[in-house]
Amino acid sequence: MVDLEETLLPGVGVRYGLTTRDGDRLAVVVRREGGVEVAVYDRRDPDRTRGVIRLDADETGVLAELLGAPRLTQRFVDLSREVPGLESGRFTVRPGSPFDGRPLGETRARTLTGCSIVALVRAADVVPSPGPADVLHAGDVLVAIGSASGLGQLAARLDGGS
Amino acid sequence: MHDTEALLVELGLLFLGLAALGLLARRLDLSPIPFVLVAALAVGEGGLAPLGTATPFLEAAAEIGVVLLLLALGLEFSPDELFTSLRHHGRSGLVDLLLNAPPGLVAGLLLGLPWQGALALAGITYISSSGIVARLLADLGRLANRETPAVLSVLVLEDLAMALVLPLLAVALAGGGPVAAGGGLALAAGTVVLVLAAARRHGHHLGRLLTSPDDEQVLLRLVGLTLLVAGAAQALGVSAAVGAFLVGLALPTPFAERVRRILTPLRDLFAATFFVAFGLATDPADIVPVLPAALLLAAVTAATKVATGWYAAGRDGVGTPGRWRAGTALVARGEFSVVIAGLAVAAGLPELGPLATAYVLVLAVAGPLLARLPVPRLARPERPATA
Repeated sequence: MVDLEETLLPGVGVRYGLTTRDGDRLAVVVRREGGVEVAVYDRRDPDRTRGVIRLDADETGVLAELLGAPRLTQRFVDLSREVPGLESGRFTVRPGSPFDGRPLGETRARTLTGCSIVALVRAADVVPSPGPADVLHAGDVLVAIGSASGLGQLAARLDGGS
Repeated sequence: MHDTEALLVELGLLFLGLAALGLLARRLDLSPIPFVLVAALAVGEGGLAPLGTATPFLEAAAEIGVVLLLLALGLEFSPDELFTSLRHHGRSGLVDLLLNAPPGLVAGLLLGLPWQGALALAGITYISSSGIVARLLADLGRLANRETPAVLSVLVLEDLAMALVLPLLAVALAGGGPVAAGGGLALAAGTVVLVLAAARRHGHHLGRLLTSPDDEQVLLRLVGLTLLVAGAAQALGVSAAVGAFLVGLALPTPFAERVRRILTPLRDLFAATFFVAFGLATDPADIVPVLPAALLLAAVTAATKVATGWYAAGRDGVGTPGRWRAGTALVARGEFSVVIAGLAVAAGLPELGPLATAYVLVLAVAGPLLARLPVPRLARPERPATA
C-alpha cells in the first residue's frame, strides 16, 4: 500500500508526498491555477531537492492521461480478481469490424453476452462508463468485465462473428 | 480641457514608466514594489519631476487600490485553509506576532512617535509580504519543499491578523484611547469570526447573488458590493480595508477562484496607483535622516523573521537547511506594510511615511536576496527563546 501524504498549501494548492519502494522521495504540488510541480528529493536529506519539474495545465493533462489509461484497466483486472468468476478483458475494434463507426449500443454487448463495457480507451483518452450513443472507431479499445465465456462471445462479435 | 490633456498624458507616462520598472524588477528577480516606491518619490512632492494634475486622481484611485488589495487578500484563502493553518500553526502565528511586532513598537516609541504611530510601526514590522513571499517560493521552485506549508501557514495567519490589526489601528488613529481601540479590536474580532462562520454555512447565498455567466456582470456586482461594504465599514470607524477583506473572505471557494481571475488585472492597476500615491506623499528629503533608524529596524526585524520561520518549520520536523530557508523566505515586507503606513499617514501621522518607505524599500529588496543565498553551513541561527 502506497502511503500518500496530503498537505494543504494555503493560497497555492495541495502538496502530495510519497516515498517510493526504492526509497526515493517524491512531492507533487497541484496548484490552484492548474499547473503542477514535481520535485524529487535527496534520499538522505528530505530537505534537499534533486530537481523540480514545472508542468503547465496542458502538460499535466497529457501526463495524467498517459499514466491514467493503463492504470484504469489495471484496476479492473484487480477488481475481477476479487470476484470469483468475474473476468476483465481489453478488446480492440479492428478496421473492418462491423462496429467501426457505429454507436456502442449497437453491439448489444450487455443483452447478448452479459458483459459490461466499463471504459473506452481512444489513444490517450479514456471514456469511463461509455454510453450506448458513444460512436466506436477502429483502433478504440473497449475494457469489459463479464464471465469468461461472455468475454469470448464479445470478442467474436466485435470481430464480425455472430 | 487643457486639464484633461495633462491628466491623460501624465497618467499615460506614469503607467508606461511602471511597466518599464516592472520589467526591470522581473529581470533582476525582485519585487516591483520598491521600484514603484522609488519612482513615486521621484515624481512626488520635492522629487525630480513632480506630477501636477494627476495627483488628485491618483489619491482617489489609491483608496480603491487599498480596497481591492484587501478584497483580493480575502479571496486568497478559503475559511478551510484558515482553520487548518490555525490548528497546525496557531503557535507559530503567535511566535510571529510576539517576535516581529514589538521591535516596531519599541522603535516607534524610541523615535518619539505618539503611541498610535508606534502601534502602526509594530504592524509594519509584523506583516510579511504574502505577495512577495508566495512569488519567491514559486520562482525558486520551493513549493514542494517540506518547509513550505509552515511558511504559507504563517502568511495566512498574518493575513487573518490584518483583519484585527486594521480596525485596531483605525480606531486608535481616529483619536480613540486604548479602551476605545480595545473595543474596536473586540468588535472586529467578533465580526471576523461571525463572517467566517457564516461563510462556511451561508457563503453560497452570496455566491449566488453575485454569480453570472457574464464576467462583466460578476465584476460590476462584486466591485459595487465591495465598495458599499467598505464605505459602510469606514463610516462605522473601522477601516474600509477591513470591510473589503471580509467580503473577500465570505465568498464561497469555487466562486472565489473565478473572481480572482476576473479581478486580478483591475487590482494590479489600482494597487499600483496606491503605491504611487503613497510615494507621492513622501518627500525624498525626509528619508535621509530616518535612514539609519530604518536600516537598524530592518536588520533587527529580518533576524526576528528568520527566527519565526525557523520555529514554524521546526514544528513540522524540518531539518536545518529547510528551517533556514523558511526563515529567510519570510523576511520580505511589502504591500501590507505600505497599507498600514498609508492609513497612519492619512490619519495625520505624516512622520511615519518616510520611515515606512525606507523600511519597506530595504526589506522588499533584501528579503528576496537573502532568501536566494545558499544555506550557510556554519551559521546555525539559534532557536528563539519562545520556542
